[in-house]
Amino acid sequence: MKHRTFFWFILPTLTAMILFIALPIVSAFVQSLFVQHEQVLVVSKSCGPFGCNETTSIDLEATEKLRQGEPLGKFNGLGTYLNRSHLAFSEVGKAWANSETLTDFWDEVLNLPFYGALTFTLTYTAVVTPIVLILGLAIAIGVNGLPNLMKGPSIFVSLLPFLVTPLVGSLILFWMVDGDGIIGATIQLVFNDPNLSLKASTALTWTMLIVYGIWHTLPFSFIVFYAGLQTVPFDTLEAAQIDGATKWQRIIYVVVPHLVPLISFVTLMLLMDNFRVFEPIVSFSAEAHARSLSWIIFNDLRESGNPLYGSAGATSMLTIIGVAFLLTPVLLRTWRDFKLKGH
Amino acid sequence: MFLKKLFLTGAAASLLGSAVFATDCGPSGQSVRILASDFPAIHAVAGTAEQNCAASASEFTRNHTTEARQIMNAALTPNPAEYTSVIVANSTLTQLMNDGLVRPLNDLVDKYGSNLPKNLMITIDDNIMAVAFMANSQHLFSRTDILKQAGVDSVPATYSEMISAAKAIRDAGIMEYPIVMNMKTGWNVGESFNLVFLAHGGEFFKAGTAEPSVNSAAGIAALNTLKQLVGYAHPDHLTQASNETQAIWEAGEAALGIMWGSRGSVILDDEGSSEQVTSNTVLSSAPSVEPGGLPGATLWWDGFTISKNVSDAEAEATFAALASALNAEMVAANNDDAIWLLEGFKPGAAAAGVSATAQGGAVPYPMLPQIGLLHNALGAELADFLKGDESAEKALADVEAAYITAAKEEGFLQ
Repeated sequence: MKHRTFFWFILPTLTAMILFIALPIVSAFVQSLFVQHEQVLVVSKSCGPFGCNETTSIDLEATEKLRQGEPLGKFNGLGTYLNRSHLAFSEVGKAWANSETLTDFWDEVLNLPFYGALTFTLTYTAVVTPIVLILGLAIAIGVNGLPNLMKGPSIFVSLLPFLVTPLVGSLILFWMVDGDGIIGATIQLVFNDPNLSLKASTALTWTMLIVYGIWHTLPFSFIVFYAGLQTVPFDTLEAAQIDGATKWQRIIYVVVPHLVPLISFVTLMLLMDNFRVFEPIVSFSAEAHARSLSWIIFNDLRESGNPLYGSAGATSMLTIIGVAFLLTPVLLRTWRDFKLKGH
Repeated sequence: MFLKKLFLTGAAASLLGSAVFATDCGPSGQSVRILASDFPAIHAVAGTAEQNCAASASEFTRNHTTEARQIMNAALTPNPAEYTSVIVANSTLTQLMNDGLVRPLNDLVDKYGSNLPKNLMITIDDNIMAVAFMANSQHLFSRTDILKQAGVDSVPATYSEMISAAKAIRDAGIMEYPIVMNMKTGWNVGESFNLVFLAHGGEFFKAGTAEPSVNSAAGIAALNTLKQLVGYAHPDHLTQASNETQAIWEAGEAALGIMWGSRGSVILDDEGSSEQVTSNTVLSSAPSVEPGGLPGATLWWDGFTISKNVSDAEAEATFAALASALNAEMVAANNDDAIWLLEGFKPGAAAAGVSATAQGGAVPYPMLPQIGLLHNALGAELADFLKGDESAEKALADVEAAYITAAKEEGFLQ
């Protein structure tokens, strides 16, 4: 394609991407560099149905004057990135100096909001991604081998978890694992422990979230691989069969290599999605045991009444950097393959 | 009775003022747009206002949503604002005032609110910022039949009585987890800490500043009391908020609860529960640390505000409409929906808990501009202690550190 033609083809997409992806990222980055101006507090007397008391309130005029001078707020540089809610270098340094053993040090570090959330986020991504890839491929191959009559219904059933809205799906599962719910009660019966609760232990909560994650994203990898399987060249398969390859060998040496570009694509998508895990934490009320980077952003923006835009912006930037780190190996591989093919 | 006193002042004031026979809806042809939370009492007030004054307004809209708190600042910032009034509570009024989005109501109260009791005016330095109409607080719910069965004769009045009653119930083999509390991680667990902390005489901030002071003897004592209490609560307590605790109570699976007064009438009514539960549920004051001490509760009011960024005529029409709803007929028609602070309210069994708690001297939820940040830090950082992963001192130090980080970003601390 000529460069000129390519440019006109890509222009609408490019415009949309700049408007809706690039500019918001730049804006979040700019906001993360600023903090609010000093809030000028005044002591005032407050009265209501329960009597009067002394209270403090914000001197709006004085604060407004500060705001008008610099509407973005006070420039803080990378201060927000380095504070306790984010990279917390000084707290980590202190923990290193004050802790006797490595375990103590880790306890201290994981107690910091960012590192605690990062640990869960990475664990979730590292467990869910490979399992979804392998199971998705297995189901796709299984469904592909079914007689034609059963293919349609099987595909439909396998896609169901993907059709359920994440928030609703996890809420349903949350009720099912309750001590009075069908799964929770069954587990109590199996282990003969009426006090066993999936929601009260950190390890079980993590397991629950990971199982939910697998259940919910599996259809995505399944359907992509299933589509890919339709393009596997029949000649090669037949040749392999004539050469005496077993079914297993045909999968490993013919089907999987053929699907490699798709595997890269699915891995990319899964890594990005899993690193942004959020909904199940809210619907499972799992905040006590598991928090993710996206949950921190949500909490900063929503829970304190006056949103912490700088803090949320900084966490967003760190999340983007985290995703970029995770994607680099896959992208490098794709680039190498591309170049190999090009020459 | 405390509430009686409140109503009497109300009644006296309304006798002095001209009664509301002919509803005065202020300037006609204006647009009235109300943003409010979504529960029956709020529907009653805003609905009555609509009935009274929709005819004289060019437009009368009500948006009832549980997300009101999340959208109100953004909705009131532009000029003209999306809504002419937001119905708020203690904490949400602060959130609006922090951005200067509500107007002083003194002149409007003079003109249209002469029938309203003076003590319902929420004032900051003589500026009326909101008009309250109902009260709420947390308090104790007890199942007297189960207490009796366990050999406890009276309803607990202190935390230690509550804990020993819970122990008696467990030891008698009646219930393994007799206590319910709203302990869901986040706002609820923070609020539960506030209750016990205030009962222990705690102060959230060093006076007149935004420096936190929760990592104190009172804070540690409060956390230890809280830990003892949740020792008798279901292991899932960190996921339970009002809807869950109410359901557990109505299912008859708990005998002692610290829940919201607004759940009182819902629990006592004949829906969703058995006769045995409702007839034996008694509402009483929130427990204190020492007998006769400060009840572990925060008092809340709900009231209406008027937006700053709307025209004076719209503000006037909105105020007149809402003020016209605050009368004895509205209260009589919706008596059990709330603890009304208005003339004509007949406190029933469902109001007993809030009334006793207020009378015991419980303090209002603090109306401080930075309280939301501290509350959020409490909600996020206390879970580690309650799970048993951390000491009380460490948890409170984490709370202060998290708060200070946020307060620096918001400009409350330098």
